[in-house]
Amino acid sequence: MAKITFIQPDGTSQTVNAEPGLTVMEAAKLNNIEGIEAECGGACACATCHVYVDDAWRAATGKPADMEEDMLDFAFDVREGSRLSCQMKVTAALDGLVVRLPAKQF
Amino acid sequence: MTLTSINGSGNGAGGDAGEVYETDVVIIGAGPCGLFAVFELGLLDLKCHVVDILDRPGGQCAELYPEKPIYDVPALPIVTGQELTDRLMEQIKPFGPVFHFSERIDGLTRLADGRFRLTSDQGTQFLAKIVVIAAGGGSFTPKRPPLDGIEAFEGTSVFYSVRKIESMRGRDIVVIGGGDSALDWTLNLQPVAKSLTLIHRRDEFRAAPHSVEKMRALVADGKVRLAIGQVTALQGEGARLQSATLKTAQGEEAIACDALLPFFGLTMKLGPIAGWGLNLHENLVPVDTERFETSEKGIFAIGDINWYPGKLKLILSGFHEAALMAQAANRIVNPDKKVLFQYTTSSSSLQKKLGVK
Repeated sequence: MAKITFIQPDGTSQTVNAEPGLTVMEAAKLNNIEGIEAECGGACACATCHVYVDDAWRAATGKPADMEEDMLDFAFDVREGSRLSCQMKVTAALDGLVVRLPAKQF
Repeated sequence: MTLTSINGSGNGAGGDAGEVYETDVVIIGAGPCGLFAVFELGLLDLKCHVVDILDRPGGQCAELYPEKPIYDVPALPIVTGQELTDRLMEQIKPFGPVFHFSERIDGLTRLADGRFRLTSDQGTQFLAKIVVIAAGGGSFTPKRPPLDGIEAFEGTSVFYSVRKIESMRGRDIVVIGGGDSALDWTLNLQPVAKSLTLIHRRDEFRAAPHSVEKMRALVADGKVRLAIGQVTALQGEGARLQSATLKTAQGEEAIACDALLPFFGLTMKLGPIAGWGLNLHENLVPVDTERFETSEKGIFAIGDINWYPGKLKLILSGFHEAALMAQAANRIVNPDKKVLFQYTTSSSSLQKKLGVK
């Protein structure tokens, strides 16, 4: 299990246990994290599971692939650490991952 | 993914707006379930008109994942959203459904004779004995950027599609986005605009390469300004937009504009269905599992839009729902007709309808 912390725009945070192999989006949905909509169900087709990866975790999570980068065009307030959580797989290396939620998912 | 569909101003094969069509069934939504409903209703001799807000069939399969493989359609170990759509279109061809694309059904009322009158946003009217809501996640609508106060400017200064290029003449236009819609409108509106600024969050574009080339040429000629950044606020008076705040790596600036066209893709909204007096369950339409009929007799709901205990949002479930719905619809349209249940493998009358005999 890997621990993932989701921080809401108001500062409140929730830490969940995620099974490796799931995506960060799926871990969020399983734990009813607010602000992750995932309208398309994880097909990298809607940009409603947008998160900001905490600075300390950028290297571990890597950069978005081209398709994800294209889809991030549909997200709002895209920043340096922006990722679509459906495109990040939970691994043991991400134990402790911290992501922040944007103010809105559109 | 192309998003030019929201600019579609033309109607589908159905003809001109303002016309009135009389038919057995109107199907709202041309996704896989709506398309397969044509088949099941067709076997029972019920004629269908199909209305969809997108400019082509397929619904989410065409709009969200045309190239993505689907692995759980029975007998097709792997099929893409587009292939599934193409195959369904082929399968329902013998029944001659009439399509009305780039139209949304806004109004639904019951007439004194028990039929329904449906009205589209383009003014097309339908008189139908049966209504099938196969609207999936709802109607695809342009995403509204979460900018404070944007609603006040919509329709006057903020547009998600342009029907008349002339209405943009002489205006200071800001286009936001990096896909085909954003680039197409940049190219189309530049000749009539007083000024045109294209804003995109990065200096890479998803749009067709030739459009990007044309845009870059206009930028080089000083006819279009390209800004890499994001719009963070809008300023104006009443419904009139005056400027937009652009945030770039260099800082913030105000760009004078009286027309803003944001292209952030489409999202699904339940839309007008909410106002038709049907019982709803968390934005879904509850149905029974014998007929897939809503709280209103003669109005059915199939596919992702419906809800019943145990509901699974799977394409295959929608196909099953379409088959049972068709039987129930037929009993309403032809209450006195004795229906003999038949198989396409052996029934010569069904094979005749399918055009294979």
